[in-house]
Amino acid sequence: MSSLILDHVNYIYEAGTAMEFAALKDINLVINKGEFIGLIGHTGSGKSTLVQHLNGLLAPSSGNIFFDGADIHDSDFDKKRLRSKVGLVFQYPEHQLFEIDVFSDVCFGPKNLGLDRKEVELRAYAALKQVGLSDEYFYQSPFDLSGGQKRRVAIAGVLAMKPEILVLDEPTAGLDPKGRDEILDQIAKLREETGITVILVSHSMEDVAKYVSRIIVMNRGQIMFDDVPREVFSHYKELESVGLAAPQVTYIMQALKKSGLDVDTDITTIREAKTEILRALKKEPS
Amino acid sequence: MLRDITLGQYYQTDSVIHRLDPRVKLTATICYIISLFIVDNVIGYIIAGLFLAMIIKLSRVPVKFMIRGMKAILFLLIIAVIFNLFLTPGEVLFSFWKLQITKEGIRLAGFMAIRLVFLIMGSSVMTLTTTPNNLTDGMEKLLGPLKRIRVPVHEISMMMSIALRFIPILLEETDKIMKAQIARGADFESGNLIKKAKSLVPLLVPLFISAFRRANDLAMAMEARCYRGGEHRTKMKPLIYQKRDRLAYGALAGYLVLCVILGKILL
Ligand SMILES: Nc1ncnc2c1ncn2[C@@H]1O[C@H](COP(=O)(O)OP(=O)(O)OP(=O)(O)O)[C@@H](O)[C@H]1O
Ligand SMILES: [Mg+2]
Repeated sequence: MSSLILDHVNYIYEAGTAMEFAALKDINLVINKGEFIGLIGHTGSGKSTLVQHLNGLLAPSSGNIFFDGADIHDSDFDKKRLRSKVGLVFQYPEHQLFEIDVFSDVCFGPKNLGLDRKEVELRAYAALKQVGLSDEYFYQSPFDLSGGQKRRVAIAGVLAMKPEILVLDEPTAGLDPKGRDEILDQIAKLREETGITVILVSHSMEDVAKYVSRIIVMNRGQIMFDDVPREVFSHYKELESVGLAAPQVTYIMQALKKSGLDVDTDITTIREAKTEILRALKKEPS
Repeated sequence: MLRDITLGQYYQTDSVIHRLDPRVKLTATICYIISLFIVDNVIGYIIAGLFLAMIIKLSRVPVKFMIRGMKAILFLLIIAVIFNLFLTPGEVLFSFWKLQITKEGIRLAGFMAIRLVFLIMGSSVMTLTTTPNNLTDGMEKLLGPLKRIRVPVHEISMMMSIALRFIPILLEETDKIMKAQIARGADFESGNLIKKAKSLVPLLVPLFISAFRRANDLAMAMEARCYRGGEHRTKMKPLIYQKRDRLAYGALAGYLVLCVILGKILL
């Protein structure tokens, strides 16, 4: 049972210089086991800064972070263990690949945990399977793969450490729609199978609406909304004012409602929308 | 930790020093360094120190930044001091075992330390207050006459400006890759020398790849904009001396005269 708690976390870049910048302001969060969370915000809203706090890469300028009830910045806290429990996949993770072949690269994480060779290789194999990479690529140089494949390898590199909380910083940035859907589907599947907690960072509501059960919206270093998708999307006007948008379905449902069709505007996915519109049309005396 | 390297890093703010023509700053830095080697008495160093303090104050760069830059040369500094302290012949003050400290040694070591500190600080002021682009523009213009004897001045300054421009980018990249590998359980701090060197592989390989990728992209972008070297290129913002630049040259001349008279001849 692992949970993360952020208590009044503030973070300031370049403190004490003319470039001083408050990237996080009074962040309070509780992340429970098994949740599937979307962390959304405009460019520069502090998403990447926030997720780097979750595994102790950045230490808050003020405030505390607790993992399973222990303050992660206590001097006797084992940071290495934390990093194996909270797996963080960076933005453009393919830039961190370095080994001669895909398989060795994925082995890097578990090897650092001090596991024996057999366990390391078993985990690497399982992780590569989890991200849906087929065997033929295992012994190729990671630099010869396509962008989407590299990204999978990088995600596998973190999965192989068997984290309890998986944080993905914009895992779909720079991928085509198909590559994007494949990776997101794979992550959703992984979560169903293993019950792992997933935090998905994105700046597109559309991407996450289909998957997550909770959305945290960041704006200028602060948390603006933290709720179930339905509730968050109902504030679509406010989302627009901070450079975000609700999924298109929300707009369609709102427009239909306005033009007199009695539909439920809380719908978040296209599939639900279809049933809802059909239902409303049937009810309508024509 | 990587951000401690301030040499070659620009500190963004607005000050008189920032607005000076880069040629003035380059000339002044060179003159200042020369002056450090001309003077050889306490008064001379006091003048040099005051001059530097005044410039730093005017530049509005926090002193903390200068001090941070000093950390990088601490080792060099210690060695220089130790060598001068023990290896200068003269009137012996203390001696133990085979080593002896002389009066001249103390004096020389002290001067050497002050020289080094002032030298690094002086050149840091220049790089902290001048953007790399400006700096190389100034250098290109100052070295312009060398073109007549076929020195590729423009190419050299272009290479320098690119190199300087890339320092912060590569530092940032290093920071990012380091974090990504630490997130995968990498350990860059503990272990013996061999283990430490080995642990750098996951950092260096991606770093080199990214540096080559960037170099490639940059070359392509320059080519796409028809860059073809220095001939017939004009500047969007040509360097023109202003009143403040002339004043600065005046102040510099005054400083040099003072140094020579008080720091060398008089005492
Ligand atoms: N190393 C740094 N030094 C100084 N400022 C930084 C640094 N990293 C980020 N910032 C600033 O902090 C703010 C938040 O950055 P962050 O990377 O967390 O944003 P983000 O929400 O992840 O954006 P994106 O969607 O572009 O990835 C930005 O305004 C950025 O300029
Ligand atoms: Mg980011």
